Amino acid sequence: MSLYEARKRRNAIYMGLSAGAAGLGLLMLFLILFALVWNGLAGLGLNVFTQMTSPPGGTGGLLNAIYGSLVMTFIGVAIGTPVGLLAGTYMAEYGRGTKLVTVVRFINDILLSAPSIVIGLFVYEVMVRRMGHFSAVAGGVALAIIVVPVVLRTTEDMLLLVPGALREAASALGLPRALVIRHIAYKAARAGLLTGVLLAIARVSGETAPLLFTALNNQFWSTDLNAPMANLPVVIFQFALSPYKDWQQLAWTGALLITLAVLTLSIVARVIASRRTLK
Amino acid sequence: MTDLALSKPVATADAATRRASVLRRFSLTDAVFRNVTRASAILVLVMLGGVIISLIEGALPAIRAFGFGFLASESWNPVTEKFGALSPIYGTLVTSAIAMLIATPIGIGVAIFLTEICPPRLRRPIGVAIELLAGIPSIIYGIWGLFVFAPFLQTTLQPFLISTFGNVPGLQTLFAGPPYGIGILTAGIVLAIMVLPFVASISRDVFETVPSVLKEAAYGVGCTKWEVVRKVVIPYTRIGVIGGFMLGLGRALGETMAVTFVIGNAHKISGSILAPGTTISASIANEFTEADGALYTASLIELGLILFGITFVVLAISRLMLMRIEKKKG
Repeated sequence: MSLYEARKRRNAIYMGLSAGAAGLGLLMLFLILFALVWNGLAGLGLNVFTQMTSPPGGTGGLLNAIYGSLVMTFIGVAIGTPVGLLAGTYMAEYGRGTKLVTVVRFINDILLSAPSIVIGLFVYEVMVRRMGHFSAVAGGVALAIIVVPVVLRTTEDMLLLVPGALREAASALGLPRALVIRHIAYKAARAGLLTGVLLAIARVSGETAPLLFTALNNQFWSTDLNAPMANLPVVIFQFALSPYKDWQQLAWTGALLITLAVLTLSIVARVIASRRTLK
Repeated sequence: MTDLALSKPVATADAATRRASVLRRFSLTDAVFRNVTRASAILVLVMLGGVIISLIEGALPAIRAFGFGFLASESWNPVTEKFGALSPIYGTLVTSAIAMLIATPIGIGVAIFLTEICPPRLRRPIGVAIELLAGIPSIIYGIWGLFVFAPFLQTTLQPFLISTFGNVPGLQTLFAGPPYGIGILTAGIVLAIMVLPFVASISRDVFETVPSVLKEAAYGVGCTKWEVVRKVVIPYTRIGVIGGFMLGLGRALGETMAVTFVIGNAHKISGSILAPGTTISASIANEFTEADGALYTASLIELGLILFGITFVVLAISRLMLMRIEKKKG
């Protein structure tokens, strides 16, 4: 009986610890979100969206940084999505089971978690150094390199979920492979593909490291893609580490904006994905 | 219908040529599409090759100047242009070790909770919440770590560690010095919070691959939940859990922003984990744009090359292990 008691006690202890671990994880999420909302809301006003970043002491906003982030995210997604989508298509449709696909999948999974700062160094080497200056385009390309693995992975997974019978039915009607993929497989996997793109945007919109020495930063309003451009993550980085209270406040507000955007995107992506599985 | 076709032989010939041209167009677009998609897949390999080649090219001046001594030297002096990677490598390894030491047991605990004890109705929301934690950009962890977490540690955990272990022989040096708030330990804990969701969600996924028959058999002979986890679930999924651990480690090693904010950026190796230090990624993030002189830049790029090498190996091992458990499942 005492052995039984001991086993029960040990079970209670370890299960308690597991529940505690889960509680701790949730508590962390809550603490971080709370700090963000608490500190970020204090500086959230119209000026954030209507004014440029200013020297310390003035009332500034984040308009140029928000604009820059949107532009560079757009460039990154516009370049990265087609590449990832097409590569994922090859892996799930044409090249299924070939050696090339196995190798690409392996490398892609590594790139998915590779340190993003190294991507920044790479783009610095091939673009910034050759062109002789930092630019928004270089920042966009760095983000595109991060988008590709995310989109590739979800595209492949989602296309593999499309039942083979659908493709066979289309082929039996005489459709060539390319049309089967475009009109049948893509349509059937549409929600999943969209999820991949949304997740990629979420991933990219908070990336800081690859932008540090590609897009750099810009104090002023600039729409020139060939020049350094302000962007939220780098502004947050610089302002948070500055000694000025009003800059730090803007950094918190920027952080809140990014987090809200990222969380919204990932929740929307999840909703779309789960709606698909329900059907 | 046949009559109609026969009565218009011209139209049939027309249709035949049209069909031929459509078929030609079909096979042409198919070939084009096939090759475009294949080129995109190959582009992923080219990207990897490009990263490696360009980093080696960029690091060449530093490799020539310092050779293997770069890995063993602790000096980091932009004025005399003497650079060594030892202290960033040390900082990277130590912060990651602290992070994994904390995140692994907690992550596995979360996974056990989600797969074994959580009421089914809460399973999905809690799982999603943990995954959302993984989606928060690292700069958010950085700013939170700097303004909220570091001051908290400075006034609570760190004085406690110093007063408790400060006089214990052996641990003395590990917990020496004033509580700065920022430093190696803080960076390690922030990293732990960052990689926790990765470890947790992968452990949960591999725990779910355990056939219920196995678990039910164990429950059937009277095992407690913990005994089922310890004797059935974990042995069955060992490779997958290690794969998840390695994935988290890969993330921790390469993480930049969360660390840069709270590490303190000191190019020295200190015995105390409360002291400021630096990591590879933090050094690059902090110094790259300000680096003047070709050798300085090249040294930072060589640091990046080393980081890429380490994380590549760790992530490759992680993938190989997770692939084995996927094979087991399928």
